[in-house]
Amino acid sequence: MIIAGIDCGAKNTKTVILKDGNIVGKGMILTGFDQVSAIKGSLDAALKDAGIDARDVDKISGTGAGTEEIKDADLRVNEIRAMAKAANYLFPSARTVTDVGAEMGRAAKIDEKGKVVDFAINEKCAAGAGAFIEAMARALEVRLEDMGPMAIQSDKSIPMNAQCTIFAESEVVGLIHAKTSKVDISKAIHDAMASRIVSMIRRIGVNEDIVMIGAVGLNPGFVDSLRTQLEIDKVHIPADPAFGAALGAAVVLKEEV
Amino acid sequence: MIANYGYKDGSGDYFIAIDTDRCDGCRRCVEACPFNVFEVVDEDPNDPFREGPIVIVVTDKRKKIKYECGPCKPPTNRPPLPCVEACPQGAISHSW
Amino acid sequence: MPEEDKREYWRWTESNWRNPDIEWEDAKIVTVGIDVGSVSSQAVVMTDGQVYAYSNMRTGSDSPESGRNALNFGLESTDMPESRIDYCIGTGYGRVNVPMADRSITEIACHARGAHFIYGPEVRTVLDVGGQDCKAIRCDEKGKVVNFLMNDKCAAGTGRGMEVFADLLSVPITDVGERSFQIKEEPEPVSSTCVVYAKTEATGLLRKGWEVSEVLAAYCSAMAERIFSLIDRIGIEKEFAITGGLAKNRGVVDRLMKEIGLEPMKTDWDTQIAGAVGAALFGYALVQKGKGRKK
Repeated sequence: MIIAGIDCGAKNTKTVILKDGNIVGKGMILTGFDQVSAIKGSLDAALKDAGIDARDVDKISGTGAGTEEIKDADLRVNEIRAMAKAANYLFPSARTVTDVGAEMGRAAKIDEKGKVVDFAINEKCAAGAGAFIEAMARALEVRLEDMGPMAIQSDKSIPMNAQCTIFAESEVVGLIHAKTSKVDISKAIHDAMASRIVSMIRRIGVNEDIVMIGAVGLNPGFVDSLRTQLEIDKVHIPADPAFGAALGAAVVLKEEV
Repeated sequence: MIANYGYKDGSGDYFIAIDTDRCDGCRRCVEACPFNVFEVVDEDPNDPFREGPIVIVVTDKRKKIKYECGPCKPPTNRPPLPCVEACPQGAISHSW
Repeated sequence: MPEEDKREYWRWTESNWRNPDIEWEDAKIVTVGIDVGSVSSQAVVMTDGQVYAYSNMRTGSDSPESGRNALNFGLESTDMPESRIDYCIGTGYGRVNVPMADRSITEIACHARGAHFIYGPEVRTVLDVGGQDCKAIRCDEKGKVVNFLMNDKCAAGTGRGMEVFADLLSVPITDVGERSFQIKEEPEPVSSTCVVYAKTEATGLLRKGWEVSEVLAAYCSAMAERIFSLIDRIGIEKEFAITGGLAKNRGVVDRLMKEIGLEPMKTDWDTQIAGAVGAALFGYALVQKGKGRKK
């Protein structure tokens, strides 16, 4: 059975192809302003990666901000559920999962079957999502992919006063004028962002093993700050964490069929 | 006076309301809060003619009150808030 | 024009003023209120509780100097020496950085007092939307605060949020009001409260062919809704008055007042000086109670 899980996210649309329960292909396209086109492009890219023809896909499962635009979806999966199932599939020992994407952050307490026991969400505020780091990268005039590696070089912990992305941009400019190094500023940015996610996770309880999915999991600076503030040695992050929700959606559909 | 400390952002309204007419600066809330959200000051910064100590929300915590108070507010099975319980005059209330 | 025209869409005019009907030499008590906001600063000089002179200028990046600059700018149109001042109160975001202040009082208390002076003793609800915050205050007939809330965490519903949009749409901030009404009909408000997400939404609307004035209207509408829900939390009792820079933005104010269903109070005073006026009045009251200068 071939299942495609599509996560139409605020920034990127991701697709995972499962064949008999194994991941055989992945594709990611910038969502942009045309969700329908991105959904098709993402699926096509994943199929190409898997070497599978579109006609051989048995079922499609959809999730994400643009779920409604996935017209061919046989099932639409709630993002919390997708997140939980993804964690369980990847790490059966997972009991806490967090998903931090471009425009939202989520955390869930899950059981050994990947069922959601409790959850918290952080949305509609850019300061609690990847958009924060993106905006700060622009203010620092640093490439987004360089932000994390810079942060882990710092040994300082400068608290940020601003809790809003817009005000933080001005604060960063102020720090630059005060001759604070970009490395230290980057660390401050990641610490601030991580503290918001950590607070959300603490609401549902920190129970190991902890899993992180979502594109922000690729950011070593964020992961480091998160780990330190959670006071946990290990946070489990899959390769390609951005595909977490898409994978979860596919797994949910597979289990229902 | 009702002093509301906190903020409103895209994700919601987060305010701690302190009824200054009921507060006598007893500090029970300061001791009850696990996250040092409150402090008692000698003069009311919002009322120059009020005499006597008053509790305020610590300035550094005001703009992230949702995150500071987060651990006391689990999504399910939420227990009574320690600060609200601690105040004998019922001067404290939360908007979320 | 031969040079590159680098428009700064967020700029507004700075000003100072002196009361031609008052001679400072005749005053018994001279007090000063200095309001250092994150975006603008004002200094108000009062003689026996009347406004003698004031200044309104951009705070700039140097908060410790802003109080000094505002006071200098305010005294510039007078011949009164600074030594004549009996008491000085600092207020606003940067109030701890007004070195010449004898005392600092929060902008909440000062805005209530200032609105009471500027608008009259019938005022019971004051809305102040400044550069980086939004305050709603309920006061009594004496201008004393009864209930308040302030948001200075989130840019939405503040002057800064408006500046970001003015910049995005290349509309001078002083033109926002008028431009936002150059539309055939009121569009749906922008759905995102968060300014960062609203910007993305606005870009999408422009791509879909929306006119700049329509996008502006949609954003002003969203801001009005948001400010309304904030003040609704403490209740709105008439009479209702607006202070701060946003009072000058018809695009938001007109839409907000439609939701509230009241006529706002009117004044000939510059609404941005409310905080400094209140501060100077507190100074006047304190001197009358026997307080003297620190130094």
